[in-house]
Amino acid sequence: MAAMLEVRDLVKRFGPFTAVDGISFEVQRGEVLGFLGPNGAGKSTTMKMITGFLGPSAGTVTVNQLDALANPIMAKTRIGYLPEGAPAYPDMTPAGFLDFIASVRGLSGRERKQRIAEITERVEIGRVMQQPIETLSKGFKRRVGLAQALLHDPEILILDEPTDGLDPNQKFQVRTLIQELAPEKAIIISTHILEEVSAVCSRALIIAHGKVVADGTPGELMGRSRFHNAVVLELKGDNQPDFETLRADLIRVPGVASVEPDGDRRVVVFPEGTATVTDGVSQLAGARGWQIGAFYVDPGRMDEVFRSITQGN
Amino acid sequence: MGAMTTVFRRELAGYFATPVAWVFIVIFLLTTAAFAFYLGNFFERGQADLLSFFTYLPWLYLFLIPAIGMRLWSEERKTGTIELLLTLPISVPAAVIGKFLAAWAFVGIALALTFPFWLMVSYLGDPDHGVILASYVGALLMAGGYLAITSCLSSLTQNQVIAFVVSTGVCFLFTVSGTPIVLDFVSGWAPDLLVDQIAGFSFITHFQSIIGGVIDLRDLVFFASLIGVWLFVNMIIIEHKKFAG
Repeated sequence: MAAMLEVRDLVKRFGPFTAVDGISFEVQRGEVLGFLGPNGAGKSTTMKMITGFLGPSAGTVTVNQLDALANPIMAKTRIGYLPEGAPAYPDMTPAGFLDFIASVRGLSGRERKQRIAEITERVEIGRVMQQPIETLSKGFKRRVGLAQALLHDPEILILDEPTDGLDPNQKFQVRTLIQELAPEKAIIISTHILEEVSAVCSRALIIAHGKVVADGTPGELMGRSRFHNAVVLELKGDNQPDFETLRADLIRVPGVASVEPDGDRRVVVFPEGTATVTDGVSQLAGARGWQIGAFYVDPGRMDEVFRSITQGN
Repeated sequence: MGAMTTVFRRELAGYFATPVAWVFIVIFLLTTAAFAFYLGNFFERGQADLLSFFTYLPWLYLFLIPAIGMRLWSEERKTGTIELLLTLPISVPAAVIGKFLAAWAFVGIALALTFPFWLMVSYLGDPDHGVILASYVGALLMAGGYLAITSCLSSLTQNQVIAFVVSTGVCFLFTVSGTPIVLDFVSGWAPDLLVDQIAGFSFITHFQSIIGGVIDLRDLVFFASLIGVWLFVNMIIIEHKKFAG
């Protein structure tokens, strides 16, 4: 199946500064691609080039087999875009604003009314529809921006930090919304909330210094963590052995490479290579009579992967 | 075409969504009246025409038109809505023309509201209605010229004050280019042909020939092509900024 969106060797230079340095990727229908990276890594600039706000210095953008740079208007009809900060005309009410967007998008009559009503309900902005946008809270503004991007039911959705400024409940709602939309669309979101990637993305690109430095499913990325497959052991009770005693015991378990403290009452047991050490550790804990508070295999830590990848090079 | 109409309607409604429209119209009407009656000696001249009203119009436009047009693009840049506008399926020419026409229509509304002057001279005397109508057309065209300059320059900055000051400066040059202020400066060294060309750019010269009752196609073409050129440059600037960043 051909990709819904294909980006090849995209470059953007601002004077002597290269903001995006040869980024390539594809997004299929049903995929939610997460752009992850430090501020200034080139996430937004890449999105601005895909949506046609900035012209690339080099490279191509193909929207559903169509060269987006040669056919910008056609490409734009297929994309819904939430720019960073969710800009909207401050004097307008959400009702007037969405009506304007619908009109530009070529929706008219019953269809327009229906779409606006549907979207308004979906992002829950019904009660602020008649207030000027400049008087709305950050959360409502963001949701008006989302409504604007979804109004024409686009095949491709590009959302620049869709949950920024939302409270935890609103974040949950937006993530649920993205997951509901995902099967029908190709979606790109940018975020620097790491848990969001595991929560909504089927694939993630880590971008640093304008380059893609990692590309994989959240699971694959977590697999790169040195904590992946390590055993975390938390003890409870008053008469715990101290860390040095624990280490001396644990290090003798077959397959254990090293032991590190992790907070006050926790230790992390790192296996050698892909060795499994859970049985050995649990037998040892039983033999020593340790009171176990928690005992689990670490799936990997996204924040640690993120740091090592984006700062390592 | 559809997208341009949509931009036009949003933009025009935007003027009336804030006090901008009402403040502008009230100040415009008060100052035109003050200029016509005090500086133009409307009554003392004892003539049944609107010359005293139209003569000072370029000077009023010089400040009021950049004030209306300064926000056209700089505000879009400031609030970030330009990113929204340019990622919607609207071509740059449609956006530029739609916005320009909305501002122009708004100035047209303000100009139309000066109709009591016309009623008054009709009541007091027997004016040449053809000349007055032509003068109104000329006034609207000249407003379009000032507005096209302002729209173009406002696309260069996100700062409305800069857009206003620079536009007023450029509009001033176009207003006075046929007068000694500019001509004395260039006539000493420039060839006569160039001096004539510069003088030919004067809004006042073209406008005065229209309100004097001489409807010359060349004056209309001058304003129309001036609008065209500035809007074309406006489109180029917006396209160029996409690539320059």
